[in-house]
Amino acid sequence: MSNEHIDEISGITTTGHEWDGIKELNNPLPRWWVITFYITVAWALAYTIAYPAWPMLSSATRGVLGFSSRNDVKNEMAAADAAKAKYVTAIQSKTVSEIAADDTLREFAVAAGGAAFKVNCVQCHGSGAQGSTGFPNLNDDDWLWGGKAEEIQQTITHGIRFAADPDTRQSEMTPFADVLKPEQIAQVSAYVASLSGPVQDKSLIEPGAKVFADNCAACHGENAKGNRDLGAPNLTDAIWLHGSGEAAIAAQVRAPKNGVMPAWVGRLGETTVKELAVYVHSLGGGE
Amino acid sequence: MLDQSQVERLEAEAVNSAKTRQPLYAARKKIFPKRASGRFRQFKWLVMAITLGIYYLTPWLRWDRGPFAPNQAVLIDLANRRFYFFFIEIWPQEFYYVAGLLMMAGVGLFLITSTVGRAWCGYTCPQTVWVDLFLVVERAIEGDRNARMKLDAAAWSARKLFLRVSKHAIWLVIAVATGGAWIFYFADAPKLLGEVVTGTAAPIAYATIAVLTGTTYVLGGLMREQVCTYMCPWPRIQAAMLDENSLTVTYNDWRGEPRSRHAKKASAAGQSVGDCVDCNACVAVCPMGIDIRDGQQLECITCALCIDACDSVMDKLGRERGLISYATLADYNANMALATSGGTGPVNPALVRTPSGSFADGLAHFHLGKIFRLRTYIYLGVWSAIGLVLVYSLLTRERLELNVLHDRNPQFVTLSDGSIRNGYTVKLLNMIPEPRTVEITLHGLDGGEMSIVGVDQSASRSFSIPVEPDRLKTLKVFVRQPADQIRKPAQSFEFHIGDTASSETAEYTATFNAPENSR
Repeated sequence: MSNEHIDEISGITTTGHEWDGIKELNNPLPRWWVITFYITVAWALAYTIAYPAWPMLSSATRGVLGFSSRNDVKNEMAAADAAKAKYVTAIQSKTVSEIAADDTLREFAVAAGGAAFKVNCVQCHGSGAQGSTGFPNLNDDDWLWGGKAEEIQQTITHGIRFAADPDTRQSEMTPFADVLKPEQIAQVSAYVASLSGPVQDKSLIEPGAKVFADNCAACHGENAKGNRDLGAPNLTDAIWLHGSGEAAIAAQVRAPKNGVMPAWVGRLGETTVKELAVYVHSLGGGE
Repeated sequence: MLDQSQVERLEAEAVNSAKTRQPLYAARKKIFPKRASGRFRQFKWLVMAITLGIYYLTPWLRWDRGPFAPNQAVLIDLANRRFYFFFIEIWPQEFYYVAGLLMMAGVGLFLITSTVGRAWCGYTCPQTVWVDLFLVVERAIEGDRNARMKLDAAAWSARKLFLRVSKHAIWLVIAVATGGAWIFYFADAPKLLGEVVTGTAAPIAYATIAVLTGTTYVLGGLMREQVCTYMCPWPRIQAAMLDENSLTVTYNDWRGEPRSRHAKKASAAGQSVGDCVDCNACVAVCPMGIDIRDGQQLECITCALCIDACDSVMDKLGRERGLISYATLADYNANMALATSGGTGPVNPALVRTPSGSFADGLAHFHLGKIFRLRTYIYLGVWSAIGLVLVYSLLTRERLELNVLHDRNPQFVTLSDGSIRNGYTVKLLNMIPEPRTVEITLHGLDGGEMSIVGVDQSASRSFSIPVEPDRLKTLKVFVRQPADQIRKPAQSFEFHIGDTASSETAEYTATFNAPENSR
């Protein structure tokens, strides 16, 4: 080469590149290094042939190995399903009470049900299943339609007041605004509130009890303990779905809110519904 | 006694000699280390036997831990996340023992390096040990240095092919055995051996063997000294830890120079001559291919084989051993000052000797006291302190533990009778390989009772829970307190656990939450 230049100090040729007077010595690389470098180049080229790599007009080359990350996900999901199959089959063949009684199956169902709950149920019942006004708390021991695992399963399967499902749990509280006089509503509200706590005007309790016996006992029971066949709540306990106190009770008597829950079996399938039932049952209030 | 000129001169040249210094990146110069014999070679054989013995045999040692735990003395059970070391069993959260051991190894290395220099490199580094082993094979098949050089230079023939193939075949066998021994640390060795032989072992076992076979063969057989010179960060780190009182392998110019092949002629001509007869024995035996007489070098792993080579030559000549010796820089500098009259002239061997030929009184000689200095004591102190803390913590560690997670969502639940319930995830850790029955009790929280999901027992303040050997048991516990006993929104109480058979106990302070208005 005509432009070859030898560094005076080291006696080694330079590459001819120069930056601000600094020249690069052309020291040879160790042979193993060079070989390794060529191997990586060859590897990289082979890789682009083996795997999807080169961009084309509308897509990219597919690679001769046929790899795709979508397939990977599919395979991993299939492997996960296969790993779960043992438990899923057992869950399909057993009743929810049996599942809840079996340590291993319960653990699996609670995990699976918990996951399904977080996707499908938290919108109304809250992420801790703690509910809110109008949406029942599923942790407590007060159940409108029954707290046994089978009863919970029935509720999730067919829903509550869900018109599209003929087997749905059905009941409706009469709006008493047109049936009772305002003072009667005040009296019965005071009576109901007195069953679980103090009230302001004790004189209302006695006439309220009479109004209750005439109008409410049919569904809520003579002792106001409720009736699960009708989803009629127990009015003597500390838990109030639509708010506690005379005013909230009076509002509910005048124009009752009747909560609705969809039937989930069509959407989630029987196995998931079972897992959900076991999960809800395990939250602490299960009977 | 031999005359100087009768000592065989070896045609050896250092690969990194200053006169012919290669550019840093250059084709490798082949090195054919000659067999050395002597004290250090003996010591290296011993170290090699011990280190290889430990590596290959450890997985086969048995240790009885009863029916519920493996009986392999040293086992890293990744699948079950347990590490067994004789009588010690470590759970993943106790990994700080390993961290402590690594710290001790680090400080220990500082200690060793600051006192005896790069002893790790020269004697115990796996790279050194396996290269040594591979050289044994090479010598046995191809002969010693000269035969190997001749063979290397010779044209290909059936004999050369046979020798080369058998050498590489044996190297590969050793490499496979090395990779093979590694996997036995991770599973039951006898069972795994059977599986490996019959082809039923896990793919990762074969992959591990393949990778370690490759690295052993390439690093130990083919790359050898290049690993230490180019790839290993250790020489740089270790060099930074040496000081003037650390032992390094040193060529003592003060008695060796001026070196001469023809000492008799030279001294007859009135020139001064040193002890070095320039026989190159030290260069020929060096596995790194350097010339120790050029002074301390990055490449030197202080394997001390040059000391052995030089000592045997000195013995033959009837001179004192130690022309090349372990010496500290301080001693070397003192002796050099003596030999050069304080650096004013060239080395004059006459200055370090009495007229009768023995060493002068003023010479500095090494004695063991020199390696004990403040630095040594600090390293020793730190090293022992970490060790003692580890031992103390090992002897007093809990084998029954309890972890409690308070449910946050919801924090509390009001029940129909007005009482308040909190949920807890309670984890019982039975860290011994025996099944145990653990009694879990509530302490504090007036009127509080608990119930456990999946345990068919009415609410109580105490439950007996069977826990499997060497396992963690997770319980979902609900604690309930009547409304009239709740004193404040957040109350502290304890979960107390105890082994019903032994006196082991553990407790955990938890919080019980209630709404502000619940009283």
